Amino acid sequence: MASLSARLPLPGARGGTAAARARRRRRLRILAFLSPWLAGFGLFFVYPLAATVYFSFTRYNLFTLEYVGLDNYAYLLHDRDAWTAMRNTLWLVAVLVPLRVLFGLGAAQLLTRIKRGAGVLRSVLYLPYLVPPVSATVAFVFLLNPGTGPLPALSARLGIPLPDFFNDAAWAKPGLTLLGLWAVGDVMIIMLAALLNVPASLYEAAAIDGAGAWARFRHITLPTVSPVLAFSAVTGVIETLQYFTQPMVAGKVASGRADLPGVQYSPGYPDGSTLTFPQWLYDQGFRQFNMGYACVLALVMFATAMAFTVFLLRRFRAFAGEEAR
Amino acid sequence: MIPGGRARRALLWLAVHATAVAIGVMFLAPLAFMLLTAVMTDRQALSGELWPRGWHLANFAEVFGGDMVRWTVNSTVYAGLSTLFMLVSSVPVAYALARFRFRGRGPALVVVISAMMLPPQVTMVPLYIVWARLGLTGTLWPLIVPQLFGDAFSIFLLRQFLVTIPREYADAARVDGCGELRTMLRVILPMAKPALAAVALFQFFYCWNDYFRPLVYADPDHWTLAIGVATFRAAHHVEWNLTMAATLLTILPVLVVFFLAQRVFIQGVTLTGVKG
Repeated sequence: MASLSARLPLPGARGGTAAARARRRRRLRILAFLSPWLAGFGLFFVYPLAATVYFSFTRYNLFTLEYVGLDNYAYLLHDRDAWTAMRNTLWLVAVLVPLRVLFGLGAAQLLTRIKRGAGVLRSVLYLPYLVPPVSATVAFVFLLNPGTGPLPALSARLGIPLPDFFNDAAWAKPGLTLLGLWAVGDVMIIMLAALLNVPASLYEAAAIDGAGAWARFRHITLPTVSPVLAFSAVTGVIETLQYFTQPMVAGKVASGRADLPGVQYSPGYPDGSTLTFPQWLYDQGFRQFNMGYACVLALVMFATAMAFTVFLLRRFRAFAGEEAR
Repeated sequence: MIPGGRARRALLWLAVHATAVAIGVMFLAPLAFMLLTAVMTDRQALSGELWPRGWHLANFAEVFGGDMVRWTVNSTVYAGLSTLFMLVSSVPVAYALARFRFRGRGPALVVVISAMMLPPQVTMVPLYIVWARLGLTGTLWPLIVPQLFGDAFSIFLLRQFLVTIPREYADAARVDGCGELRTMLRVILPMAKPALAAVALFQFFYCWNDYFRPLVYADPDHWTLAIGVATFRAAHHVEWNLTMAATLLTILPVLVVFFLAQRVFIQGVTLTGVKG
């Protein structure tokens, strides 16, 4: 558009001043198009971020505000629950994220090998991703519940006893991992699209050269899908940093407690094993009303998420796709 | 050709298809067990039996009374208005980022992507304080109003689609005397229908599934389905059959829409992650 308006005289264009007027009009038009986002950026990004930094130096419970300097930061160092939350988050980053990426890639690879029924299988694998996370979590707690759940009943009949997933501190995170693998559809679809982008001629040429299945995977498939692998790994980490709904709901449902009047649920059941960082922030900020301290936790989250985002942005050129066609 | 290559290929075919069937069954099993449990009596649901003795479809009717209706209305209002507001505000922004050349466009895009990656918890405390001062905590407005200011994910996804539309269309419209707004509404957006449908669906489901923000803001009168279902079991103690029926009722609309708009959905997902 810009190039065109430079070449074509606009209606009413009369020499230099008119050109300047046109340029100003164009700038205003761009601003008008961008205005919702510019306003939103200020109101919901810049302001709250600055306010978070400010509140992090205060003790604030919505009614009284007191400046306390670095007290909140010092408290973070001694906050056992914050460290538990960090350890749990690291566990999930180290186990859940790689498993999801690998399983997604494996399922996508499997789909490329199937001719008949591939569409059905693709839908079946994608379906669980669409199930609302709360519903999926409630269902998994029940399905894996020993004594009453159908899956332990079934496996007991086969002679393989299952652990008490969501009531045993050692098994709660593996239980959440199973849930995460069930909802692997998003990763799988991205991987599938990447795999289908690999030109078939490459495989044919390699097969003629006598490359085995592993060699073809290692030297053709992997290099072509590696940007997508990196993308889903990094977005997976960022999602895991925000992991809230599933552990919160799993803990509530398994313990039989919820935010009903007169019933309080402290996140992390059983024994803090499902306490994640966002849950601790929620608990401190919106349940205990330690707003200042919650802001410190928010800043820790912000720094971590930004670090991974910067890493992802280095690959930005690769997936921004300027003028693709 | 290696001798016995045919037998080996047949064996491989069998292994691939057996794995596919096994994985398919494993992925469907949770949904199947939920359905079977949802039609049991509460006694049977606690027994660990797998097949229902008689189909108690009345469980669904029992669940879908009282609170469940209110939760559904709240979820629909939240997701519906959010989607509408998001489209109105995000479309022009995506259009500008895709089709105008201006200084600062690159940085603007980087900021959009950063905002997309920012965990919602980071900015939650100051925003909560603002809404509390406005006296709007307890309602759904703190969740809906921000959508009038654009949604980073939708802007990014729409922009990715809009850059693929050849410039010549817009140029032709310009020659025909269309203003920029008319060009966007009459020429470009009709071509972007699949992308618009995809972001609308994503936004709707994001809100339909959202648990964190309603949990922070909504009081019990404004609870959405997500909060209601998470609380269901505590209110109904050990009635797993009713819990599963309620859970299935929240999944149903999502599945119906997915099967109606499968292509749009999958196109949308790949658009975000693939390109390179």
